Amino acid sequence: MTNNLEINNVSLLFSTALLMVAVFITYKEKLGLGKDIFIAGLRAVIQLFIIGYVLSFIFGLDNLFVTLAMVLFIVFNASFNAHKRSSGIPHSFKISLFSLSAGTAITLSLLVLTGAIEWVPSQIVPITGMIASNAMVAVGLTYRALNGKFQDQRQQVLEKLALGADEKQASLSIIRESVKTGMSPSIDSTKTVGLVSLPGMMSGLIFAGVEPTAAIRYQIVVMFMLISVTSISSVIASFLAYKQFFNEQKQLL
Amino acid sequence: MEQPILSVQAVGFKAGQETILENISFDVEKGEIVTITGPSGSGKSTLLKVLGSLISPTKGEILFKGQSLDKNDPLEYRKKVSYFFQNAALFDQTVKDNLTFPYEIRNQDPEEQRIKDYLKKVKLPETYYEKAVTELSGGEKQRIALVRNLLFQPEVLLLDEVTSSLDTENKRIIHTLIKELNQQSDITVLMITHDESELSQADRVIRIIDGRLEEKHDE
Repeated sequence: MTNNLEINNVSLLFSTALLMVAVFITYKEKLGLGKDIFIAGLRAVIQLFIIGYVLSFIFGLDNLFVTLAMVLFIVFNASFNAHKRSSGIPHSFKISLFSLSAGTAITLSLLVLTGAIEWVPSQIVPITGMIASNAMVAVGLTYRALNGKFQDQRQQVLEKLALGADEKQASLSIIRESVKTGMSPSIDSTKTVGLVSLPGMMSGLIFAGVEPTAAIRYQIVVMFMLISVTSISSVIASFLAYKQFFNEQKQLL
Repeated sequence: MEQPILSVQAVGFKAGQETILENISFDVEKGEIVTITGPSGSGKSTLLKVLGSLISPTKGEILFKGQSLDKNDPLEYRKKVSYFFQNAALFDQTVKDNLTFPYEIRNQDPEEQRIKDYLKKVKLPETYYEKAVTELSGGEKQRIALVRNLLFQPEVLLLDEVTSSLDTENKRIIHTLIKELNQQSDITVLMITHDESELSQADRVIRIIDGRLEEKHDE
């Protein structure tokens, strides 16, 4: 491998010049973002250094339970963030945790069982991160769609209930549309992959010196796994969440 | 004497701190046409929604054939006591989607002929069955929504100013059908209205003012 993949401290320090460009622009244009940029830059440095050392430690240990704990930690955090995007849907943390865990577990198991990836921390942890973060975005979008559509289509839902439909029959079209909304980013990015962007997984491998023809194989697996996890998580989340819009008397709240 | 089909007993409804309905009691006999009238904002629509089990009263109770609504399965109850909206929204894409929905929720195959016969009753041609809902006028939508409520004949129809935004011709068609159902099938009708012709059809008029009842018999 001929690539030099080491960024020395001096280069790292000089990269802060890039931040200075942004600070200069915000100062010149009076955007008032100087403090935000400074905090964002500082947080990025601290968070990434910490995760860098944590990952090095975990990869070094190569222990089943530690890897599993890291997977759970990622899924837990992603669920908490999805829950924050629910705008008050009751039990949204439990729903997020269940849907993200199921989506991640099924997708990860398939990847390992088919031999696409191996159960080693250096593969499991980054892949879990990709899976869980995409599921988090999908579930967050699903919640937002459910909230919006139950508001916009309130009259239609009420009319279906008035005809004697149960909660599921009255919500089915909203559930379907919300799942579609949750899945659409991963479908869209799968459609345009390679034409608009060279996504992270593939770029990283090419950067590390892997042949592009080999790197795309990984990227194909990644795209498919993201479609899989977003569909599983969105479906589970919306089928659990729609019930929260009704009370025990099967009335729309 | 036969049990009243609906019995409203000391019903109250509060939305947050605001009292919308207070201590409302009355009975409705099977086959009656009762109109509910009163100034706008007096709580008429809320009362009808409570009767349709779309919201629950915060005080008192409603009896359907002597049994409390709490003990009735709300889904079965709503199939028998059918609430019809002021400006009904048709859902999905076509008239067919709307008129097959009542069959869908009962896990039954749609009876196309019966649906088309009903379309004729509300003076719409059979071809409307396949029509997109976006192509319909307000009056046509309201007539199709009425058919949707009537395909499985309910025992009670709750009508919330259903003709208020319609022209004379559409009103006449809906009135005729409701009158016919009442006379031939003994369907009980409760309707909110300000319309003189609807008021004159009624066996009884109930007035709601500021959430309270003021009943007048046989005007």
